[in-house]
Amino acid sequence: MAGELVLLDFWPSPFGMRSRIALAEKGIPYEYREEDLRNKSDLLLQMNPVHKKIPVLIHNGKPVCESVIQVQYIDEVWHDKAPLIPSDPYQRAVARFWVDFIDKKIYELGSKIWKTKGEEQANAKKEFIECLKLLEGELGDKTYFGGESLGYVDVALVPFYSW
Amino acid sequence: MAESNVKVLGTWASPFVMRVKIALHLKSVRYEDVEEDLLAPKSELLLKSNPVYKKIPVFFHAHNPICESLIILQYIDEVWTTSASSILPSDPYERSQSRFWAAYVDDKFFPALRRLLIGATEEDKKAALEEVVEGTVVLEGAFGELSKGKAFFGGDNIGFVDIALGSLLGWIEVIGKQCETKLVSEAKTPRLVQWADCFSAHEAVKDVLPDVDKLADFGLKLRAKILKALAPTN
Repeated sequence: MAGELVLLDFWPSPFGMRSRIALAEKGIPYEYREEDLRNKSDLLLQMNPVHKKIPVLIHNGKPVCESVIQVQYIDEVWHDKAPLIPSDPYQRAVARFWVDFIDKKIYELGSKIWKTKGEEQANAKKEFIECLKLLEGELGDKTYFGGESLGYVDVALVPFYSW
Repeated sequence: MAESNVKVLGTWASPFVMRVKIALHLKSVRYEDVEEDLLAPKSELLLKSNPVYKKIPVFFHAHNPICESLIILQYIDEVWTTSASSILPSDPYERSQSRFWAAYVDDKFFPALRRLLIGATEEDKKAALEEVVEGTVVLEGAFGELSKGKAFFGGDNIGFVDIALGSLLGWIEVIGKQCETKLVSEAKTPRLVQWADCFSAHEAVKDVLPDVDKLADFGLKLRAKILKALAPTN
């Protein structure tokens, strides 16, 4: 089941962090390989020809691309250790919804705040805070979005905290 | 098999709604079809059940609303497991591949298609057309990998990627006619052409895909509405 596991990544990437956290939470050993994004390796271009982006998780020579897909893959293959995704189908759908929301909104708005100025930046900040309020509502009184332990939504969101 | 408390809030023209209906047909699940008029102000039910995005489809099961079509598909697949047709593969690696390509359809292909529909200038349309055609070639390659010589992305049966992409076929045809081009062409994507015929003719699909002329007419109205909303106000 373990086999050979390699993660092609770039240390500041919040997307790469998601996979690192999932693997660490489950105690799964892997080889971390730092990519120079200005000079992408042949391996990266070969393993992710469609998007040419990190992170890429390579399991027994086969690539899994897109961090959200990687976290689900990790959770399904190593399902007996520290499950991240709820087992109830409705709770799963809710968790997937919020992870999708984080991908659509948090990253995009965060980027806008980082890269723009003036009115565009002000609007992005306002919308960003609204999104955080929605996530705050979803978290409620729980310790984690996943309840008592780290879950799928926590793994997807927490890397953005540093940024 | 009649199911109580299964409802789809959507519209006949939306490919995202079509995805949900195709999945329910595959699983032989009966549902209540609630139509939302996209050209009118949003209904109370929509605003209440999808407060975050205020978009269709919204799927209701036992009064629980679920939003986002690909999430709904996975939910349907996980709840109605007694049926012969599994929408996602059982192998984790194959599942990851299906998810990857469905995400490609939603994150890359569909936005380019949309830009082609609503493109205001010739330049916008030309750029969007190039992207769409490039996308079809990439998807032709994906079909080769995933189908393993069978009729569908899902192999012998319709699967996740078939539904994600196939639901766009009506719009692909309408937008193609508008640009006077076949977007899925025999020359560049022969396998997709064949796949499109198989998919459209499938029992679970044929009554869901809309009449192309009706869709074209709707497309013009939708385009006008979108462009009006995007136009700068004085």
